[in-house]
Amino acid sequence: MTAASPPEVLRAPLVVEFPFTRSLGPVQGAFLTGLRERVVLGVKASDGRVVVPPVEYDPVTSEEVRELVEVAATGTVTTWAWNDRPRPNQPLGTPFAWVLVKLDGADTALLHALDAPGPDAVHTGLRVRVRWAAERTGAITDIACFEPDETPAAATGATPHDGVFQDAVTGIVAEARLDYVYSPGRAQTAYINALSQRRIVGERCPSCHKVYVPPRGACPTCGVATTDRVEVGPAGTVTTFCIVNIKAKNLDIDVPYVYAHIALDGAGLALHGRIGGIPYDQVRMGLRVEPVWTEGGRYPDHYRPTGEPDADYEAYKELI
Amino acid sequence: MTGPRTSRYARDVAVVAFAQSDHLRRTDELSEVEMVMPVLHEVLAATGLKAGEIGFTCSGSSDYLAGRAFSFTMTLDGVGAWPPISESHVEMDGAWALYEAWVKIQTGEADTALVYSYGKSSPGSLRDVLTRQLDPYYLAPLWPDAVALAALQAQALVDAGETDESALAAIAARSRADAAANPHAQLRGAVPQGDYQVRPLRTGDCPPVGDGAAAVVLAAGDLARQLCERPAWITGIDHRIEAHGPGLRDLTDSASTRIAAQHAGVFDAPVDTAELHAPFSSQEVVLRKALGLGGSGTDSGSGTDSGFGAVAVNPSGGALAANPMMAAGLIRIGEAAARIHRGASDRAVAHATSGPCLQQNLVAVLEGDPR
Repeated sequence: MTAASPPEVLRAPLVVEFPFTRSLGPVQGAFLTGLRERVVLGVKASDGRVVVPPVEYDPVTSEEVRELVEVAATGTVTTWAWNDRPRPNQPLGTPFAWVLVKLDGADTALLHALDAPGPDAVHTGLRVRVRWAAERTGAITDIACFEPDETPAAATGATPHDGVFQDAVTGIVAEARLDYVYSPGRAQTAYINALSQRRIVGERCPSCHKVYVPPRGACPTCGVATTDRVEVGPAGTVTTFCIVNIKAKNLDIDVPYVYAHIALDGAGLALHGRIGGIPYDQVRMGLRVEPVWTEGGRYPDHYRPTGEPDADYEAYKELI
Repeated sequence: MTGPRTSRYARDVAVVAFAQSDHLRRTDELSEVEMVMPVLHEVLAATGLKAGEIGFTCSGSSDYLAGRAFSFTMTLDGVGAWPPISESHVEMDGAWALYEAWVKIQTGEADTALVYSYGKSSPGSLRDVLTRQLDPYYLAPLWPDAVALAALQAQALVDAGETDESALAAIAARSRADAAANPHAQLRGAVPQGDYQVRPLRTGDCPPVGDGAAAVVLAAGDLARQLCERPAWITGIDHRIEAHGPGLRDLTDSASTRIAAQHAGVFDAPVDTAELHAPFSSQEVVLRKALGLGGSGTDSGSGTDSGFGAVAVNPSGGALAANPMMAAGLIRIGEAAARIHRGASDRAVAHATSGPCLQQNLVAVLEGDPR
């Protein structure tokens, strides 16, 4: 047992990507298909207001609203904010204004970007028009941005539209990627640092004395920090196991193989690992195993039998 | 034993303890549970309760902040949640976790509750991360960040003649000056307004990005008096939500805050303290209007021109001084309660917000027993 020493902070890139596939209903589908065809649709709310971009349910009464109308591709800025430093994925790579635009014929405003030479060229009330993207797929980004346009508002207002287009867009794929820098914290940093020396180090709860491997920093039974480091293993006992028959993607291991819960000697709970060096159908509860490290590996590649007699069931039954 | 001065619910429920971490730009040396656990210990120690004696536990957090799935299950380790406790979680600010816990106590299923929340924003790029809470069809594909959306709201306020850049700067300065007395705050004292982040908002108009946690203990009836010398009774609490799209709303007003305040009884009697969850200086202008607090927010200890007399608005420094995501709203309730605990307030309003441009708002009234 050693006292905890100040940790060296470990850092690693962590990328989270989630390409959600989302279906579109009759209103959003018509709107996004319309953008592909350079047509801007809105929907009439229960009180007769024209909502653009259209919603499926009335924002006040929550009634289902389906009466589509076409509005102009020109409109008026209702508020704006100058963005001097565009961020990744935003509509324009050069400084631009975020704008809410009330399109001619609409009663609500749509959020988008305005391409303007500078903040002095933008004001609330500015007349603007849609700049269409060259390639349009049925997405809000089919509007590349807005641009200033001096033509006064058309008096026509909204006109009825059946929302029917050829090859209607029924879904979008919403791509997103977020980049993080992950730090594992005090307890897991100590665990990872010990692994780099081919040692497996858990932490003991000062209250109930259970040894957690890998440590997470807290004892979930007592709700206190686990601070005392305890080296466990290297050998341990298979407490339970399963036989894997499906080959995992990007994993160069022949099936079938055994994946097991292993209670390392001195640990208060089992961790899991692959069992090798023994035919899969000879692995059993109570089998004594030890870690096998490979050159450059940051954790045991697998566990193999030690050759010791099997552990008595009584010795590990609480760790299953 | 008499209850609080005004009582509109089945049971009298009070905030009996509040604790928070120091709010810091980075906490790389700590995992989430390691950051949260000392706060849990502190808040329980203030009541003398052990974790196992708590009737219900509810937490608020968001996996998107640190990029970790089901991260709240890890922080539950810090509570001592095994064998399984009666517990719930909201993917929202902890103020809404408090609301769920308050409902749980109202039903009679629990007499005490531990509420905590935390946010570790430092591993990611918060402005980009927050775009993922937006409508995925019309807004999220444009990646409009939280500062951009708040700036659109600020410009609408400027256009409406409700504020100007110097008034916003004064709100920011007042908040950080008041935070000088708050040892947990991330930004304290004089902080330069700096350049535009997204015009008209300058760096000083925006909240600091950082990591932090907070916790409160709720208790019902006489138990609250046993656990706390002067409980902060929740005499009213309500939350309301508006349409998500910023173009569907009047950004210069907050109807949801006003309605929640009416239902919570804010306007039934004067308040002496208001803890407002206004991450951006411009949002304090909106909230003052909705809550009838008056004042431009420019003077320290301001609000003197309110019909209710002098109201201390964000004496803690508010979210402009420390804005740990998912915790900053709960902290408003905790700070207001703490002022009642120590006799600095008799009737306080606490507010929490969620979503872009003050989309969703929770309002609570906290009262101390007459002295």
